[in-house]
Amino acid sequence: MTDTAEALHVSNLHKRFGALEVLKGVSLTAKQGDVIAIIGGSGSGKSTFLRCINLLELPSAGEITIHGETITMKSDGHGGLMPSNRKQVQRIRTQLGMVFQSFNLWQHMTVLQNVIEVPVHVLGMPRDKAVEIGEALLRRVGLYEKRDVYPSFMSGGQQQRAAIARALAIQPLVMLFDEPTSALDPELVGEVLTVIGDLAKEKRTMILVTHEMKFARDVSSHVVFLHNGVIEEQGPPAQLFGDPKSERLKKFISSIH
Amino acid sequence: MSEPLPLSAITAPHLPKGRSLFEPHRLFLMAVFAVIVFCAIWFLRWDWIPRYQDRLIAGIGQSLLMLATTTAIGFLFAVPLGLVQVTGPWPLAWLAKGFCTIIRGTPLLLQLWLLYYGLGSVFAQFPEIRSSFLWPYLRQAWPYGFTALMISFAAYEGEVMRGAFAGVPKGELEAGRAFGMGRFTLFRRIWLPRAINRALPTLTGETVLQLKSTPLVATITVIDVYAVISKVRQDTYLTYEPLLLLALIYLCLTGILIAAFRLLENRVPTRGA
Repeated sequence: MTDTAEALHVSNLHKRFGALEVLKGVSLTAKQGDVIAIIGGSGSGKSTFLRCINLLELPSAGEITIHGETITMKSDGHGGLMPSNRKQVQRIRTQLGMVFQSFNLWQHMTVLQNVIEVPVHVLGMPRDKAVEIGEALLRRVGLYEKRDVYPSFMSGGQQQRAAIARALAIQPLVMLFDEPTSALDPELVGEVLTVIGDLAKEKRTMILVTHEMKFARDVSSHVVFLHNGVIEEQGPPAQLFGDPKSERLKKFISSIH
Repeated sequence: MSEPLPLSAITAPHLPKGRSLFEPHRLFLMAVFAVIVFCAIWFLRWDWIPRYQDRLIAGIGQSLLMLATTTAIGFLFAVPLGLVQVTGPWPLAWLAKGFCTIIRGTPLLLQLWLLYYGLGSVFAQFPEIRSSFLWPYLRQAWPYGFTALMISFAAYEGEVMRGAFAGVPKGELEAGRAFGMGRFTLFRRIWLPRAINRALPTLTGETVLQLKSTPLVATITVIDVYAVISKVRQDTYLTYEPLLLLALIYLCLTGILIAAFRLLENRVPTRGA
């Protein structure tokens, strides 16, 4: 478990909402540089799984290890788990760059302020250094000219690109994308996928929950098909999309195309 | 000013354009208004103003001091009052709710008199209090006026902040947590500024209301601008002139307040939607 080439390891993750079991023992390993796409129908638990990785949802059972460090959990007394060390969770979260479906940019800050917020106020980076890094990142996602604009004045695609820059600014070990294009108008999806595709090319470790099958096939190194809270099938994208084994995956792929 | 204009035009499409100020009926109304102002100046008596000038200025100062201190300190109390109602343990939430309900449910004048005539006379009965270092203050009227106005503002703004805290989108708070913010950082950097931002338009109105509540302290012998005008009326037997001047003074103060808050609001521009 102390293999440092292993960026993320999730073992036997369960999540219950009351009587409903959304995740029924999901395990996943991401080596450094892996781009793992998680696909599946709605209600398959793929978003919940992603949100469990940085404990936005508390798993009911299971173990999460990031870069060799396992998050210590204890029983919450109601049949679930809770972190036993809040400081550890906060520290580990600063190594996970989360990108949300609905962007969730802080609306009272400009784009640049959004990007430097966590480096300055959580990681304690000097402001001018954070600005330097932030501006470079905004240039990368094509938003340098928009750095002093407030999010509500930008298109969804621009907001999502800004949100990606914000996640990159913490220099994360793993990037987590939670359906990053699902809230976008169709004509804006491309610009966001281009940015994510570039990140994949430079061998950044990423977990990507997505509905964009073609994109998942193009950029990912490994695809996981989740159905009813269990991994139904997984493997390299060519194999999964080209030669699906399970009936459900065959049906799912044909329903998308 | 060039930025907000098109936005306000969206929310109020019937807003008059600049040039339409000079349409005939407007010119006529302006002329009527000018005549009224001229008559007020020419036919009414204003010769008392120089004699009361210093006292008027001091009175305005007292009113503004009351407004500034009660709103500033009242707001400091309003933040926790609103916050515990959204996220606090139920006994605290219940207490805050009760406090806000009682204060908002009774007249400010009643609270003021209960404090001044009630508490003030109770204090006077205890030799320990009379001999304490606080007595020089407690025997004056302004601490009671300040307390009543401050508590009232805290209660009203506590409700406003409750709504503002509850209205901050969950996703933005979640983003803060996802990037490793602790509770305090999240509150200080995201939740509070975002809530104040949302509450600012309401706070503008509430502050103007507070300004117009300050004359109540004149009923417990605090000499604010209203008390000075009352004194003028007693001395000169004039009715309209002092009251008209008082109205003008409050109008000007309100105008300045609204302009100042507008500046604050425009620091973070938001789209209408």
